[in-house]
Amino acid sequence: MCTVCGCSEGETKVHAPAHDHPSHGHSHDHSHGHGHHHHYGHGLAGVDVPGMSQDRLIEIETDILSKNDAYARANRAALAAREIFALNLVSSPGSGKTTLLCKTIEALGDQPLGVIEGDQQTQNDADRIRATGAPAVQVNTGKGCHLDGHMVGHAMEHLDLPRGAMLFIENVGNLVCPAAFDLGEDGKVAILSVTEGEDKPLKYPDMFTAARLAILNKIDLAPHCDVDLDLYEANLRRVNPGIEILRVSARTGAGMETWVAWLRRHLADKAAPQAAQ
Amino acid sequence: MHEMSLCEGMRTVIEDQARAHDVAKITRVRVEIGRFAGVEIKALHFAFDVVMRGSVAEGAELVTVDLPGRALCYDCMKEVEIADRLDPCPTCGGGKLMPQGGDEMRIKDLEVA
Repeated sequence: MCTVCGCSEGETKVHAPAHDHPSHGHSHDHSHGHGHHHHYGHGLAGVDVPGMSQDRLIEIETDILSKNDAYARANRAALAAREIFALNLVSSPGSGKTTLLCKTIEALGDQPLGVIEGDQQTQNDADRIRATGAPAVQVNTGKGCHLDGHMVGHAMEHLDLPRGAMLFIENVGNLVCPAAFDLGEDGKVAILSVTEGEDKPLKYPDMFTAARLAILNKIDLAPHCDVDLDLYEANLRRVNPGIEILRVSARTGAGMETWVAWLRRHLADKAAPQAAQ
Repeated sequence: MHEMSLCEGMRTVIEDQARAHDVAKITRVRVEIGRFAGVEIKALHFAFDVVMRGSVAEGAELVTVDLPGRALCYDCMKEVEIADRLDPCPTCGGGKLMPQGGDEMRIKDLEVA
């Protein structure tokens, strides 16, 4: 039981690099604010609910995910204070997120960065990231199908990133639930491998609508599996007309230069928000 | 999508409110769910009954209010109402629509005993 935020961890575990037993830090300042207003029923003038007696109605108008959103706001403020550029990487399982991350870390050279890995079980992905020399924290969500703002806040404490760093949050492989949970990131990047089918964006529109960038990964496989890369792009733009799209192969390195330049440009924009406008 | 998590979020909000207002029993919970929120209403009802057990809202009735989906059409640049996420623009027939609303998931009010 978390004494500051009152969270019961359930099956969620945070594996920090320094000590690999499940740990749970509490030095951060959690936001427990209740931004909503609440008051008993307005009486006849304010509410009109058939069958509901107004003197027994508490009007609250509170988002169901308000608690998560409060944690996400706190994370966003902490990241902004240190000018850290944070991305939430979302995709189906097996799209090549971790390989893409490992290659990205190599390509970024001495750029300070950290990785938060989300999976239901195992520390495999964090181990792969640490093998590149980058600090990584593994969050195991147990039965959970997504990372939430609270888990990421705890993981960020463990990473303790320096000013001007990049933070990559690799979400649980799932194209549905992570779309709804704000983690405090600067943007979601949806990774879609070319073997998944051109209609994936139409089948799971919410995730691709929420993403600002889509990476079409494994393009080296395209000639072997009869895929139409232009159709992938058309379907992505159908559900999100404003989405940016990059074609990449983490394995061969194709497109990696553009992706790394995209990252560096956004990190620079974060450090100098006025210059970006 | 994750109706169980949503109900756990609702339980937290409801319990906070019940404590703040010194209420022992909630009999009805009204929520507004947008068309594009990705919420399966039947699954939400099922999860609600399970998750509220042992709370002030155990046995409470869940009432859902459907909110329309709105989107900006990138072809005619008008904001339109659509029933389904992949529907074409009702004004110009265009296919590039960016949701502008309809992803709401909000507890509107609680009826107390």
